[in-house]
Amino acid sequence: MRHSEVINVALVGNPNTGKSLLFNQLTGLNQKVSNYPGVTVEKKTGIAKLDNKTKANITDLPGTYSINPSSLDENIVLQTFLSIDKSNYPDVVVVVADVENLKRNLFLFSQIKDLEIPAILVVNMSDRMKKKGISLDIELLKKELKSEVILVSARKRIGIEEVKKAILNYKKANTLKIAEIADRIDASFFKELKEKFSDTSMYKAWLLITQNHNLTSVPEKFINRINDFKTDPIRLKKMQNRETILRYQYINNILKKTYEVNAEEATGLRHKIDKVLTHRVFGYVIFATILLLIFQSIFDWATMPMDLIDATFANLSEWTKNQLPAGVFTNLLAEGIIPGIGGVVIFIPQIAILFLLIGILEETGYMSRVVFLMDKIMRQFGMSGKSVVPLVSGTACAIPAIMAARNIEGWKERLVTILVTPFITCSARLPVYAILIALIIPQQRVLGVFSLQGLALMCLYLLGFTAAITSGWLLSKTLKVKGKSFFVIEMPAYKIPSLKNVGFNVVQKTKAFVFGAGKIILAISIILWFLASNGPTAFKNAEETINKQVENTQLSQEDIDHMIASYKLENSYIGIAGKTIEPIIKPLGYDWKIGIALLTSFAAREVFVGTLATIYSVEDDESNTIRQRMEAEINPETGQKRFSFPVGMSLLVFYAFAMQCAATLAIVKKETNGWKWPLLQLFGMTTLAYVASFITFTILS
Amino acid sequence: MYSTLADFIVGEIGIIEEIPFDSVPLKLLEMGCLPGKEVELLQIAPLKDPLYIKVNGSHLAIRKETASLIKVTKIKNLCDILKS
Repeated sequence: MRHSEVINVALVGNPNTGKSLLFNQLTGLNQKVSNYPGVTVEKKTGIAKLDNKTKANITDLPGTYSINPSSLDENIVLQTFLSIDKSNYPDVVVVVADVENLKRNLFLFSQIKDLEIPAILVVNMSDRMKKKGISLDIELLKKELKSEVILVSARKRIGIEEVKKAILNYKKANTLKIAEIADRIDASFFKELKEKFSDTSMYKAWLLITQNHNLTSVPEKFINRINDFKTDPIRLKKMQNRETILRYQYINNILKKTYEVNAEEATGLRHKIDKVLTHRVFGYVIFATILLLIFQSIFDWATMPMDLIDATFANLSEWTKNQLPAGVFTNLLAEGIIPGIGGVVIFIPQIAILFLLIGILEETGYMSRVVFLMDKIMRQFGMSGKSVVPLVSGTACAIPAIMAARNIEGWKERLVTILVTPFITCSARLPVYAILIALIIPQQRVLGVFSLQGLALMCLYLLGFTAAITSGWLLSKTLKVKGKSFFVIEMPAYKIPSLKNVGFNVVQKTKAFVFGAGKIILAISIILWFLASNGPTAFKNAEETINKQVENTQLSQEDIDHMIASYKLENSYIGIAGKTIEPIIKPLGYDWKIGIALLTSFAAREVFVGTLATIYSVEDDESNTIRQRMEAEINPETGQKRFSFPVGMSLLVFYAFAMQCAATLAIVKKETNGWKWPLLQLFGMTTLAYVASFITFTILS
Repeated sequence: MYSTLADFIVGEIGIIEEIPFDSVPLKLLEMGCLPGKEVELLQIAPLKDPLYIKVNGSHLAIRKETASLIKVTKIKNLCDILKS
């Protein structure tokens, strides 16, 4: 094997520059997603083959407008360049810029250059230049920026090879800083800074001083000197502002010589689309229609594959049981592991569709218009327009949604968003809703178009949304949180979404969800199976007890077996747990079997269906689908179906409100730095769920 | 004539005279909103807030509250727009 060289590449750039697409084009499917140590920021890395013996290890850093961070995600960029961890330090930085916003993109580039690290400027979206009337003198720009500049179109795959070549030749790139502005900001300050920090670049020293509060780890040799260099914060801020102005002056001078735009061609279409999408009537109508379409599609498109998955796993379970020799292992496989995996796989269609649609909305630039349209309204409920993104993503999963709340600048608005997001109907609730709706709502069509079941699902989404905004309003009135709110958002140009980007995103997010939540669900399924298949003395003596009971009756062997199975379940460990909480949940209309499902749901909601599947398959050997088993379940007190209309509705309401997701609580703890807020969420939401379910059940029955 | 960005009517253009550095976050400046730059009010959200502006080549949305801190000299006002 030949020795191969690996070049560490950092990919940075403003949001909406097509950075991710360039990353996808460079690395193909050769990428992995992990977390940065200590924080839950996604770290995307990938390998690109540069030539026969050289590979590039590319890290796609979070999008940012400046190296000075204003969010946790952006802080990663700063940390990467100031880190003590030399193994992670990039050999070369590729700065991706959008040709339409070159000025603002060069601002970031000038900062990166000043770190005195090899940097390549990639000007993306060259295919739009002609349409936008832009002309650019690349050769002159190279000279002015003292850097390699490459014009690419990531979308059309133009210039990708040139980028690879430039990375390969990174050692030839200079590390000259470009903007000589220090003396004009404050000559004496920077003279002293330079003397004290002669062992690093001046700009790094400047960042160490100004961003000290954002750094989690500072190289030890600097710590004392940073403390010695304490400067009045107002003076620092003034200097930062001056730096910003001077950087832009410098960039303007360069662009005057190299960049030309014909304004006539530049505007037009964008303006017209904006007028419609943010219109005071059509804007909201369009947004509501898009939401409605999302909900209809996740229910309509996903039903078929979900039924297929459901039936496949039921058959597989039965087949396993018949093919393998009877015993503990076969039971574990057929009753624990296979239904457990089935309970995870069944999510894939709905989650994939949701991530697909949300991905498209973000890629086109429409999401920013929604933020603009909704800001004033959301502020009435203690949130920001930017809360729309977490709230909409919350329909897939609260975990990435709560992380998306990082973009909200004001702490109070961000906190309220984090607290209310779990009310939004996430995909983990969908299987619970889907199975209960199928049980209690008839399969009819209203007005010939809308399915009654689909409408019921929409009502549940509305219920969750109403709970979210109402509690947002309450929290905004009661929370005493200091800190000013601030709001600024870029309105990007409209783009046709790249299928590749959206596709990769769907695959990655679905994979992360299935493996993340899947582990919990599978583990719980196995534990449940064990708890349901074992128990104290009464459980072990089940056969004797039942045989004694039926001694003088005319029951068939089949009925007797069924009675034994029921008796066993009732006296198993899990049965005892369910029985213990039965008095508490009886007012809501539930029995101990549903109680078991409720208990396990506090680990993760989606476990509800799997739990009932496990319980009923332990009891009932004939392998039917879960739904058929639930439908056949009888309430012995009334002789009616167990999942009657009032019980079903009460359960739906409970699942709509209760905080039943251990993973979400863990992420809230991380994002809010403590247990105070997640505990408030757990108790507040669950109490609301209990009271609301009680009222629902009492009124309906 | 001095006014603030919050007093603008859609379509009006001005030059930013002054931004109070201590009450406006650095991020706004870094995104291109700087003194001496031309700013155009492109649109106002249906509920009169936020404002959609074009400044220094960047398309941004900011709240009225922030806009009212930005002092601007109008160079193209409503009359000019109506005339043209």
